[in-house]
Amino acid sequence: MLVTTIINGLVLGGTYALVAMGLTIQYGIARIMNLAYGETIIAAAFLAFVLNGALGIAPLPSLLIAAPAGFALSYVIYGLMLRPLVRRSGGGAGLEVNSILATFGLLFVIQGIMLVLFGGDYISYSYMNFGVDVLGASVAANRLLALVLAVVLGGGLYLLLTRTLWGTALRAVAVAPQSAPLVGIDANRAARFAFALGGALATCGGVVISMYQTFTASSGVIFTMKALIVVILGGVGNLAGALSAGLLLGLVETLVATYVSPGLTLAAVYHIFLGVLLWRPSGLFGKARR
Amino acid sequence: MTATSRRAILRTLGISVCMFAVAAAAPAVSQERTSVKIGYAISKTGPNAGGAGITTLPNYELWVKEVNEAGGLELPDGSRLPIEVVEYDDRSSAEEVVRAIERLATQDEVDFILPPWGTGFNLAVAPLFDRFGYPQLAVSSVTDKAPEFVQRWKRSFWMLGGGSDYTDALAGLLKKTNDEGKINNKVAMISVADGFGIDLVTAARPSFSEAELEVVYDVTYPAGTTDFTSMINEAAGSGADTFVAFSYPPETFAITQQAQVAKFNPKVLYLGVGTGFPNYGADLGPNAEGVMSLGGIDPNNQANTAYRKRHEEVTGRAPDFWGSVVTFASLQMLQEAVKRRGLDREAVSDELSNGTFETVLGEVKLEDNQLRKLWFGGQWQNGNFVAVAPVDREGVSQAIMPKASWQ
Repeated sequence: MLVTTIINGLVLGGTYALVAMGLTIQYGIARIMNLAYGETIIAAAFLAFVLNGALGIAPLPSLLIAAPAGFALSYVIYGLMLRPLVRRSGGGAGLEVNSILATFGLLFVIQGIMLVLFGGDYISYSYMNFGVDVLGASVAANRLLALVLAVVLGGGLYLLLTRTLWGTALRAVAVAPQSAPLVGIDANRAARFAFALGGALATCGGVVISMYQTFTASSGVIFTMKALIVVILGGVGNLAGALSAGLLLGLVETLVATYVSPGLTLAAVYHIFLGVLLWRPSGLFGKARR
Repeated sequence: MTATSRRAILRTLGISVCMFAVAAAAPAVSQERTSVKIGYAISKTGPNAGGAGITTLPNYELWVKEVNEAGGLELPDGSRLPIEVVEYDDRSSAEEVVRAIERLATQDEVDFILPPWGTGFNLAVAPLFDRFGYPQLAVSSVTDKAPEFVQRWKRSFWMLGGGSDYTDALAGLLKKTNDEGKINNKVAMISVADGFGIDLVTAARPSFSEAELEVVYDVTYPAGTTDFTSMINEAAGSGADTFVAFSYPPETFAITQQAQVAKFNPKVLYLGVGTGFPNYGADLGPNAEGVMSLGGIDPNNQANTAYRKRHEEVTGRAPDFWGSVVTFASLQMLQEAVKRRGLDREAVSDELSNGTFETVLGEVKLEDNQLRKLWFGGQWQNGNFVAVAPVDREGVSQAIMPKASWQ
């Protein structure tokens, strides 16, 4: 029983981690608090739905379309919309407020486009919805895929960021955007790349989530909120942090639902959130910065 | 000085003349009215858009299109006036819907207002409909308090029954099947901690205990929950043959999927809003067979079948199997009442209360401003969501219990 619960919790946490990883990169490295993040996820979910229904491309291969599309779209958005804000703020604190306002507007633009294209209906389809036996627990294959993808992407990118020169440059931009150019790093390019990378991660999450979660054109904000909690809990900009915070939340929700009451899952999540922030204000893996 | 003052006087005079001309023209315009203004506020965006976009809005559009293609709304003297629509998006916000209804009544001065989607929203706007004297044909609202509301707001009409109607019907079916020895008397029940779930579960507890059914698992979950594995595991371990979830659409879909993964096969599976959506049956195919919920239709009712076909042709998608047809019937009643009594809202309300109407539901007569001839329980059978309760009404299908296992 306990093993089953823990496995189910980890699988649920995998979804949370997957959703949060893109935001942690965008917020942590590009320093853009992207409120339209959830809409990117939903847009990818719609893309997977359309590819699956109209063109017969299964969601898994459509990841190969969605991820580059998300990357390209975010790259363009950063260049057109956010780069002027970065330039204007000159690395100061104004950037955070400006990016929040700008992406808040972007949220409505993307949402509006999706409403016009698809209407406000609930969308759901079923793909890979069969049980896989993991240590005696029957786990939905599509959810398991989300967990695997979260671990592979999160772990892989974590290694890239910590072990390669390229990753070190990105982290340098995250820590000290003004000083990074002094050692020959193109901070603007790095930030733009990080933002696009976050967009690609968001679309991957959207495609996988669409396999098992019902969504509407206006449900993006739910994902943004959940991702934000995970990101802050894990430490802004830290992929390993997002991964472990996501898993932690999944575990807590499932344990509470099983042993206490399903009605208290949200309360438990926010208690953990508060507790961790009181104990470590910069998140589980965050370092006190600036 | 004198010149300027004369010019000012002239200007004032000129403006006054214009004003009088407009004022004099105004009654003439309203006498020669060229259209009937019908307004509504509906959730086109936000969390309610999914429900409103299936049950309510397509029917408003279908009805307006059909009426206008026939030349417009017929008045008692036989003349016809086309419908002019004033539409607002309430963005799924209760404040917004109240503001929009007020605007429709005071600024747009529409002739009739169609109700918004959802129990809460209909309750929120009921005092406004009453104050401005508009009849309110509240369809997408399930409430046990309808008899009280009718006393409070004389021009309100409640068309979808109350929670205990549905839970009594379910309890009756379960008791009957238990007496036949096909299922045990234990029920596992989950519900969303929000409007619909609270209403239904509050009604279900007494319904079940009266029918001598034992509720062995009874928990609520917060709206927006996506993972039901632990609840499904608990319900499976509780030994109950019946699993009931008073859920919203996203959760209904999630529970269905996760029950298949967990190979959870209760003998009776009863789920909430969303089960009666056409794509629920389409997506699940043979697996939908035997799943039960609120609502249902009589597949042999010709008028309803014709309506479903028209709905699909005009709006491009099928109506749901619960509130859609009632929504359309309410609009037909309004249309017929206008034909009999004209555009006087008081007379139309009176006609709605007392008249008998021929609609897609068959012959409809309201009892104490409520539609009581309804289907309270349905089940997916052969790709159709057919009505299985109340069992004594004509056109009812026999419920198939126990439900077959997932394929």
